[in-house]
Amino acid sequence: MSTVQTMSHPIIERCEQLYEDLSLNYVRDQTNATGRKAFGFMPVYFPREIVYASGLLPVGLMGAGDLLEIIKGDAYFQSYICHIPRSTVEMGLSGHLDCLSGMAFPAICDVIRNLSGMWKIMFPQKESIYFDVPQNFDPQIGGHYLVEELKQLAVRMSKISGKPVTHEALHAAIALYNTHREWVMKCYAQRSKKPWEVPTSELYLLMRAGLILDVQEHIEMMKAYLESVADLDRKPMDNARVVLTGSFCEQPPIGLIRSLERAGCYIVDDDWVLIHRWIKQAIPTQGDPFQNLADAYLKHSMDAPFKYQPERKGHQLKQCFIENRAAGVLFCAPSFCDPALLDRPMIQKFMEAEGIPYTSFKYAENTGQYQVIKEQAGTFSDSLKLWGEA
Amino acid sequence: MTQKDQSMEIQKEMIAKHFTELGKAATEKHKKVVYTFVPGNLTELILSFDLLPVLPEINALQNGMRKRSGGYITDAEKSGHSEDVCTYVKCDVGMMKGGNVGPTGEPLPKPDLLLLSYTGCFVFMKWFEILQQEYNCPVVMLHIPYQSDGAPTANMQAYIVNQLREKVIPALETCSGKKFNPARLSELLALSARAEEDFVWVLESAKHKPSPIDAYFGGVYYIGPIFTFFRGTEEAVEYYRVLRKEVEERLAQQLGPVTPDGTMPKEKFRLVVEGPPNWTSFREFWKMFYDEGAVVVASSYTKVGGIYDQGFRHDPEKPLETLADYCLGCYTNLNLPSRVELLEKYIKEYDADGFVINSVKSCNSFSAGQLLILRELEKRTGRAGGFIESDLVDPRYFSASNLKNRLESYFQMLEQKREKAAL
Ligand code: SF4
Ligand code: SF4
Repeated sequence: MSTVQTMSHPIIERCEQLYEDLSLNYVRDQTNATGRKAFGFMPVYFPREIVYASGLLPVGLMGAGDLLEIIKGDAYFQSYICHIPRSTVEMGLSGHLDCLSGMAFPAICDVIRNLSGMWKIMFPQKESIYFDVPQNFDPQIGGHYLVEELKQLAVRMSKISGKPVTHEALHAAIALYNTHREWVMKCYAQRSKKPWEVPTSELYLLMRAGLILDVQEHIEMMKAYLESVADLDRKPMDNARVVLTGSFCEQPPIGLIRSLERAGCYIVDDDWVLIHRWIKQAIPTQGDPFQNLADAYLKHSMDAPFKYQPERKGHQLKQCFIENRAAGVLFCAPSFCDPALLDRPMIQKFMEAEGIPYTSFKYAENTGQYQVIKEQAGTFSDSLKLWGEA
Repeated sequence: MTQKDQSMEIQKEMIAKHFTELGKAATEKHKKVVYTFVPGNLTELILSFDLLPVLPEINALQNGMRKRSGGYITDAEKSGHSEDVCTYVKCDVGMMKGGNVGPTGEPLPKPDLLLLSYTGCFVFMKWFEILQQEYNCPVVMLHIPYQSDGAPTANMQAYIVNQLREKVIPALETCSGKKFNPARLSELLALSARAEEDFVWVLESAKHKPSPIDAYFGGVYYIGPIFTFFRGTEEAVEYYRVLRKEVEERLAQQLGPVTPDGTMPKEKFRLVVEGPPNWTSFREFWKMFYDEGAVVVASSYTKVGGIYDQGFRHDPEKPLETLADYCLGCYTNLNLPSRVELLEKYIKEYDADGFVINSVKSCNSFSAGQLLILRELEKRTGRAGGFIESDLVDPRYFSASNLKNRLESYFQMLEQKREKAAL
């Protein structure tokens, strides 16, 4: 079994500090220094361009992983509910999120949906927004609805920031996020090309940093990172190339990600921190920016289990498998995650029909024991290598 | 035959007739069939095209009551469905894989159309994606936005009406081969509104002391026609007329609710219940309440297929808008603060001694946030809340001794509170 090269890297060290800093000191510093307010959002998609254009700092939250002892959060959720709402509530109740003027809860499942209402009750002095996207993708129907929702969102953001969202400001934000997306794609492409050069655990931390940092700062960070890894003499190893899916919301702890790499998997694509790539191409910066954002969502967003998709189930994953020259798929879902786990049998059926090998496991963000999963992933990667050689 | 028996008999006949029709549709294909869900159901619209509705949730709960769900769930899990997800879905998948014989023993027809009324529950979307993959039949989605800020908006209503006009109605036209007839729809909606009046009267009769009905365990029978296949029919109007008459008589005689063991002799505790019931041991569960003299005077479960007691009635003058408003207003489409407010209102208006939350493992739509609901209600009403856990149709999650213990302690607590207050 091969191991991953984990050389310390100054940029990744910074990313890891940001990842571990549940009190969001970067955000606090920003708000203290400039008076700029910040607005949080949960996975997966939230139109950050609007938040940014209103002058607020968008801050993405993905739970507290295994970094926070849950003392109060467990009293709010039954044992059969996933872990991310507990750690989010824990962070809220213990003051970690005080620096945020509000929170958005995107429409991905009933847990996040209900959490939006819980937030209203628990933190009445803060704005709590449930961001409902259409499941009808016809521009005349779902599109019309979404444009209106986006405009209302802009009004709510402006109320907090005190600055109106002008078309000009929104175009500028869209342009900035277009550049951001471009660099994100480059990072992913480089990992797929040379996964030994851009280890998944590093890319992951780099992307998590992009949820916290100002978008301009994150663009510079990605540029610097890509430049630096080209100079590192990291050697390829005999690992199996796999695509990982099912982890778009509650995240596995970083230790588990490292364990998967150590188990001999080159994860060449994944659905962690999906927001950076959610819209697959540049959004036009001419015309009505609200319409452009809506069109991008309807026509150019990714497939995911929380999006209505009666047909072509699994096709995106197959495409991703082919494009990344993967040998297998890891279905890696949080326990009790309705969207991921209800989708899984449908996708697996398709994978079987297509002859794509896969293995499945579940985790929680605070999983402390990786051994069983590591062994499973190790056996899977060994079998892929054997199968590939046969 | 007593009056009570008469309404029960009417409902029994209605259901038997419907399942016979479905059996006929399965074998003789005399009518086309539309599968859909209880919350946000568009029964009048479906019936206006002479199509037959099938409600997979109802099949699942009936299978639960007939003790078949456990096997179906295990079969679905063996075929790759996760042990973590809603057991209604797995019960349905298991039944389908076992030959699609319905709960009454008659074959169920395959869907000619899946009408995905995506209202108040995320799982619905996945459920019909699964069925679509299995049956390879047409599916039409009606997305109902969530009332996240406590009220429907004009944008939400317009979005729904647009979908009805541009997607749902054309799909029903194609399925049935008939043109949409707005006048026919309005006629059916007018019948709905009539039934709704009597239904609300029955629910509100529980404000009397003693309550003549149990609004949860008995309530699940009362919601039957209006939440399922019969809203908008003459039969439903007649059912609720008869039911109301029966309840009026019970009220006049100061009688308590009817239970499987006869009329409840004495109303000791008045409760509000939040959450769905367990179906696999429904009677045993109910007995845990009535043996202690506990009557449920209001419940949220009897609002999943529409909240009528807060004033909503289907409006035949605005057929599509009224369907949109109906869908938006189903209980699980309300945000947490609205749910708390409604339950608080029930506790106060029905003068309940306390409330019980039955938290079911299957249903994140209901369950996520219920522990906060418990705290809030206790804080706002000063009345004691009980919290129990079970499942809808998975017998593995119904622990009778555990539930009984918890409920007994809860009733003891209510008793002690009462004694203290009397001092
Ligand atoms: S992990 Fe899954 S079920 Fe839990 S909040 Fe996220 S999407 Fe919802
Ligand atoms: S999750 Fe709840 S509302 Fe949704 S299908 Fe299951 S039981 Fe019904």
